[in-house]
Amino acid sequence: MKKLVISIVLVNLLAACASEKPKAPEAAAPVPPPVVTAPAPEAAPAPAPMVEVDSLNDPASILAKRSVYYPFDVSAVQDADKPIVVAHAKYLSEHPDRNVRVEGNADERGSNEYNLALGQRRADGVKQMLVLGGAKASQIETVSYGEEKPKATGHDEASWSQNRRSDIKY
Amino acid sequence: MALRPSTELMELLVKPLAIWLSCKIRSKPLVIAIRLSPQAGKSLVIRTGLLQSMLGLLLLAQASVASAVLTIEIIGAGEHQIPVAIVPFGGDSKLAQTINEVVTGDLQRSGLFRLVDPAGKSPHELAEVSYPDWQMRGADALAIGTVALQTNGRIEARFRLLDVVKQTELAGQSVSANDDQVRAVGHRVADLIYEKLTGDKGVFSTRIAYVNRQGKKFSLMVADSDGYNEQTVLAQNEPIMSPAWSPDGSHLVYVSFETGHAAIYVQSLYTNQRMVLADFRGSNSAPAWSPDGKQLAVVLTRDGSSQIYLIRPDGSGIRRITFSAAIDTEPNFSPDGQSLLFTSDRGGSAQIYSMPVGGGAEQRITFGEGNNFSPRYSPDGKGFVYAHFSNGKFYIAAQDFQNGQVEILTAGGWEKKPSFAPNGKLILFASEARGRGILATVSSDGRVQQHMFTQSGDAREPVWGPHL
Repeated sequence: MKKLVISIVLVNLLAACASEKPKAPEAAAPVPPPVVTAPAPEAAPAPAPMVEVDSLNDPASILAKRSVYYPFDVSAVQDADKPIVVAHAKYLSEHPDRNVRVEGNADERGSNEYNLALGQRRADGVKQMLVLGGAKASQIETVSYGEEKPKATGHDEASWSQNRRSDIKY
Repeated sequence: MALRPSTELMELLVKPLAIWLSCKIRSKPLVIAIRLSPQAGKSLVIRTGLLQSMLGLLLLAQASVASAVLTIEIIGAGEHQIPVAIVPFGGDSKLAQTINEVVTGDLQRSGLFRLVDPAGKSPHELAEVSYPDWQMRGADALAIGTVALQTNGRIEARFRLLDVVKQTELAGQSVSANDDQVRAVGHRVADLIYEKLTGDKGVFSTRIAYVNRQGKKFSLMVADSDGYNEQTVLAQNEPIMSPAWSPDGSHLVYVSFETGHAAIYVQSLYTNQRMVLADFRGSNSAPAWSPDGKQLAVVLTRDGSSQIYLIRPDGSGIRRITFSAAIDTEPNFSPDGQSLLFTSDRGGSAQIYSMPVGGGAEQRITFGEGNNFSPRYSPDGKGFVYAHFSNGKFYIAAQDFQNGQVEILTAGGWEKKPSFAPNGKLILFASEARGRGILATVSSDGRVQQHMFTQSGDAREPVWGPHL
């Protein structure tokens, strides 16, 4: 029992260290679950070698890109961003145990409610493309924040272009 | 208006000073109202009430002193202002002073009154009134009265409204309230004066709801119609949107993201109890109560794109009433409960449409360049207000159903989410000034605007409550 507690503490410490590293913040989230279940004998060796390389965690992979951007009042994924969505579709089809949440956003030009609807349509459009690319609909949740959670708060195109966005979150 | 020639002369003399002052203080141009009528093409009629602006500046100073919580600025003035003298009430001088501030503030903000200085004369009873005194000062009406804190702890104000020209009493009334409700007494007195002198019901005693955003913190607020007495209904670190009142003013319905996505909640303002009205997958939003209170129109994405549904206040009986592949949102019931206005992009960009509540026969009713959002019927059902977006600016606009005439009521900026006061004479909307989201009102003829600066944060999504 004590050992288990200690190893959990260790894992927590490791996780804490890992998440404090500034590099590749998007890839930091999924701490490999097998470590927790295996009550390692005595001083557990570093668990890293046990885990197969997940392309999702590879900063060089296209999967490291998790956002697509839109022109004003448009909700179709743009050609330039399609490879990103296609890559995530492929990943999801190869990892049926993984789920994503697609979050749609809009710039502030429009009513808050219209923008909520537009953000939802953007997120749903990404979902549609993910499904076409082989992901299961049940792997994908879509939500919209409309203009309520702007990444950039200026009243200008520099801000707006960042806010017209869907994020794919694992 | 016998005073016109000298008034115009005064305007000439005062103009440069007024502009300089207003630039200093407001750092905004002295544009009072821009009206854009379709018949005149795009010609702009700019009306400036310069003396009145001076008055507004004086009031601004007054308001700043009165409270650190809220700053109110008034821009412009009504066409036909009724000259009225409000004599500070006799009796408890502290109560009388607050009541006087509230009454004069209310009347002035409406833009329909010109306050005549009672200096030197302070009658409190009918027998003390000498009508010629007030005729000489140009007052058409005179309000006098007394206020006292009674032994039972209640405030009682007794007042009379007198017609100075006919030398008759227009109204005599006593208003009482708990001792912490002195502002409410003032609003009540102002409502009675307003109603007697204009023929329309006053809205000073009504309340407004809005969302205050400060960084990542969102608060759903309820306040008096003048922005004072603000109370927090809900505070959280996730967005809150689209508050709407139940027709009896007892509940608010709103959108909250507290579970990670937009869901609709109903909350009692008396017990603070809240329930989930709609929480389907995707977005649940844009709630609007029917005038009889028996159903709400909401927007759901559970079946695909944002579509309008009807739902009972207990969350039962959901029925879809629009069937487009486009965005249909922001439903608003007509006062007779038979029709809905809503925003849709089914024609390629956001415009206003109308339809019977039963469904079918949808009709586009806004045309021309730009996009239109957030329609709200006027209380008489003869027209509606909405947010008009063109050339990078939002304007508050009004449209008449019968002749289709469009009036742009504001100078343009970041002006969104209009809603009528229950008497149809004022429109509350979200605006921006000095880099902050603020509450603003404009009279339904576009002549008078006021800006209300809340203490901190961005005020947004305001909505005017019903008569209580």
